[in-house]
Amino acid sequence: MDLNGLYQEIILDHYKHPRGKVVLEAPLASAHHVNPTCGDEVTVEVAADDHGHLVIGYQGQGCSISQASASVMAELLEGASVDESVSVREAFVAMMHSQGNSEPDEDVIGDGVAFAGVAKYPARVKCALLPWMALQDAEIKAGLMAPKEETR
Amino acid sequence: MNTFDPSRIKLDFPILQRTVRDGQKLVYLDSAATSQKPNSVIQAERDYYETCNAAVHRGAHQLAEEATDAYESARVAIAGFVSAAPSEIVYTKNSTEALNLVAYAFSNATALHRASGNPPQDPRFILTDEHNIVVSEMEHHANLVPWQELCAKTGAQLRWIPLTDDGRLDLASLDSLIDQNTKAVSIVHQSNLLGTINPVVAVMERAHSVGAIGIVDACQSIPHMPVRIRELGADLVVWSGHKMLGPSGIGFLWGESEILDSIPPFITGGSMIEIVQLDHSTYAKAPKRFEAGTQMVSQAIGMHAAVEYLTALGMDAVEAHEHSLTGYALDQLANVSGVTVIGPTENVARGSAISFTVDGLHPHDVGQVLDSRGVAVRVGHHCAWPTCRRFNVPSTTRLSTYIYNDTSDIDAAISGIVAAQEFFGVI
Repeated sequence: MDLNGLYQEIILDHYKHPRGKVVLEAPLASAHHVNPTCGDEVTVEVAADDHGHLVIGYQGQGCSISQASASVMAELLEGASVDESVSVREAFVAMMHSQGNSEPDEDVIGDGVAFAGVAKYPARVKCALLPWMALQDAEIKAGLMAPKEETR
Repeated sequence: MNTFDPSRIKLDFPILQRTVRDGQKLVYLDSAATSQKPNSVIQAERDYYETCNAAVHRGAHQLAEEATDAYESARVAIAGFVSAAPSEIVYTKNSTEALNLVAYAFSNATALHRASGNPPQDPRFILTDEHNIVVSEMEHHANLVPWQELCAKTGAQLRWIPLTDDGRLDLASLDSLIDQNTKAVSIVHQSNLLGTINPVVAVMERAHSVGAIGIVDACQSIPHMPVRIRELGADLVVWSGHKMLGPSGIGFLWGESEILDSIPPFITGGSMIEIVQLDHSTYAKAPKRFEAGTQMVSQAIGMHAAVEYLTALGMDAVEAHEHSLTGYALDQLANVSGVTVIGPTENVARGSAISFTVDGLHPHDVGQVLDSRGVAVRVGHHCAWPTCRRFNVPSTTRLSTYIYNDTSDIDAAISGIVAAQEFFGVI
């Protein structure tokens, strides 16, 4: 088994040096998600700037995959429009559900491509998706996007 | 007596011959979650389906007769394994269901008592908001959540025996926790997370001194040590089959017949009845009282083979083997810097489930690196989330051994832990 394929350098780097792991002063909403099988948790906060672009903060504890995924997400979507966050999330979720058989587009999901190898390990897919689902929940709670059926 | 030889025992377990993760030898260290199954158990289930598959306790044909005989012979063997009478052994789906059966006996007796027109209920099982239930802080969710639900439904209070920092029950406050209003005390015999073997006899004695029903969760003890069930001092004992070489889908409740016959049934329907009218029914005596619907026949027959396998090894020898392996594992873990065992570090009153943390590494990542080397361990909160919180850890890595493990398996886990530390650059 290729450990380096699972734990790519980008993942280890985000795990050790998380980006965007901040508490927002005035969040519009937050969402706390846990992985009940392992106790990983993440709280994602959202606000919007004057242009309606996302301001994201998060806190969490858990494995390298869940925490690196939160860092990648926060860095990637900070300042994005809500529509952009939805399309990036859809691309990331689709890659995670591909069982490792997708060609992710780095132009869309940035450092998220590093998680392509994680998609081969069913037990870890949920770790990678945890912060992304929390963000979606926070965006809905904040009234930034309508509750809707999204690819999960 | 034969020498206990895990390498020979391993040959009886087909799954232990397979390879994992690109051709590596499987090192199975997750028996506290579920044990592997020997050929004899797999064959017994197969034989049943090939020769006498039928619904038990009904039907007038030869297959039904043979199936019923095999199903009940299994009960005799399982009862014998724990020195109980067959009529005291109730088959359940698993030990979680057995604990729910007991918790529901309280809520059903209470509900039937409150509604008019019902026969009198056993007062030991009737709860009001003046009563309390006592468990410990090291319970598996299966021995915690059903009691939470029971308390929510009846207004009774839930109390927890605290733990010491080395993972033992702190019995200093036992006499105040278990008081005249305590109706049930339910305690794990051996913790699935900490490995602690609890002094259940003392706790059950205190329970009985106030007239409370005493319950013991023996899931992690009966597979690993000789247990004469009455010597636990409890009124009711639960355990599961799949952790002791048996198939999944079967667990057990042992109880004194006097209690089993006095409490309301849990799951109602066919086979558990005495007389059925359109508007009400009366119920069979235990164990049938608790065995509604088509039963898990092949699983019972597989269990029969499992207890025969363990009996042939000798449970004294099983216990001695695991005790020595546990001592070895604790010594080896103590030599790895950054590793902290959560639970007793002294190999006294301690079973073979060993939880630990590794500084700077999340258990999921430790488990992943071990898996990449063919070593199967459990990571997470082990269905004992409050116990993790008690020790201020979100989760742990757990290795747990059984009859087919030897020191080479422990060595593989230890080198895997060091490899994980190297991979993540924490040493």
